[in-house]
Amino acid sequence: MRDFFAQREVMEVDTPTLARASVTDTNIHSIAASANGDSCYLQTSPEYFMKRMLASGIGDIYYLGKVFRDGEQGSRHNPEFTLLEWYRVGWDEHQLMAEIEALIGLLLQQLDRPELAVSRISYCDCFIEAFNIDPHHCALAELQELAVNLGYPSWCNESRANCLDLLFSEKIEPKLPDGLVFVYDYPACQAALAQTKLYGDGALVSRRFEVFLNRMELANGYFELTDAAEQRQRFEEDLMARAAAQRSQVPLDNNLHQAMQAGLPSCAGVALGVDRLLMQLYGIKSIDRVLAFGWERC
Amino acid sequence: MANYSTNEFRSGLKVMLDGDPCSILDNEFVKPGKGQAFNRVKLRNLKTGRVLEKTFKSGESIEGADVMDMDMQYLYDDGDFWHFMEPNTFEQHQATETAVGDAKQWLKEQDTCVVTLYNGAPLSVTPPNHVELEIVETDPGLRGDTAQGGSKPAKLETGATVKVPLFLDQGDVIKVDTRTGEYQGRVKD
Repeated sequence: MRDFFAQREVMEVDTPTLARASVTDTNIHSIAASANGDSCYLQTSPEYFMKRMLASGIGDIYYLGKVFRDGEQGSRHNPEFTLLEWYRVGWDEHQLMAEIEALIGLLLQQLDRPELAVSRISYCDCFIEAFNIDPHHCALAELQELAVNLGYPSWCNESRANCLDLLFSEKIEPKLPDGLVFVYDYPACQAALAQTKLYGDGALVSRRFEVFLNRMELANGYFELTDAAEQRQRFEEDLMARAAAQRSQVPLDNNLHQAMQAGLPSCAGVALGVDRLLMQLYGIKSIDRVLAFGWERC
Repeated sequence: MANYSTNEFRSGLKVMLDGDPCSILDNEFVKPGKGQAFNRVKLRNLKTGRVLEKTFKSGESIEGADVMDMDMQYLYDDGDFWHFMEPNTFEQHQATETAVGDAKQWLKEQDTCVVTLYNGAPLSVTPPNHVELEIVETDPGLRGDTAQGGSKPAKLETGATVKVPLFLDQGDVIKVDTRTGEYQGRVKD
């Protein structure tokens, strides 16, 4: 991996794993800690620090290291895991998808594994194929009904984003084709830190993509939002959603906000789960088996 | 009864689902990187034996079921009920035919079984994995035919019929695996 980036002149950077601010995303939980009397958090991704570096004009960079997420434990999850995150200045999400394909292709080649089938499909087409509905236009009630019909009666009051996640995880992801699959143009309600764009039919979508390798979620990428004011507004909406869901509040990262005000260059970025990539490369079913010490043994 | 949250779901935990006691078989954590976390849970309905799959939002909780597995000695059946006794307290429980289910064909008096109690009453009975039972009815044995692979049906003292090798005779005691209903071997006196 490091050779791949060295050849492409992408510089490795190191960012703090312990910091005073953390992610506001409603569904990602930071592990709280304390240092020098300040309350702080183990970082769930190097994104905010890397964006501060990008705003300072550092150019193309990558991080390969540990990140932490609370409450995540299972055959594909460990609260501490290894993330490969990189940013390409001046690129869009489709150029970045091609680079992910090249990286994984190279790793397979080095291991003498056969080439992977690669497919690209929009989020909308996934839903049309599985449910014959347009996820960007359909009414929330329609999604809730689908979720309930799957046999989950408690889903009748769920949010749009949660219903879409459920339908995708239960009915679309298990039926994705073999190999590497790029799903792009996620709904605007799941934009996170991605830019949005308008479809010709008036649908607002986010320029966010997810990468699946043999039906396992492997990476999440964006054509990055650079508008400081809009980013601030999304963070504040996250905090309101966290309050409504009675989840802990986290301080907003003012350093990131200032950096974005100063100017984040147009760029695309992606974060890839390295442990999961190893699982797929070696055909291993449980994340414990690619970690020297899985969480149960820590 | 206590409530259990999805992160406490373990295989073997007994919970209430749609009014029926269920046993959790498997709990898989599912989470899209940026999305809501779910738990895909496999449960066995302890009344019907059916296995079902439910997806809960992580953090949701459901009520525990007052279900307990206890070792008990089988005493006798009176035609309507099957009677069991707790070996320590000598307390007796009567189980209905539905609760005893398929286990009844393996129940020999004084054998120890696992009786699952729901709100204090027997819900199901699991016989020992291996039982030793006498053959009460079978075709006459072919002496010396111990090597041939053939088999014949034999009725056992508890009513079960199993396939046994040709050399066995009425009055022989055999060991049977109750999970598969297969003959395991002859028990020498």
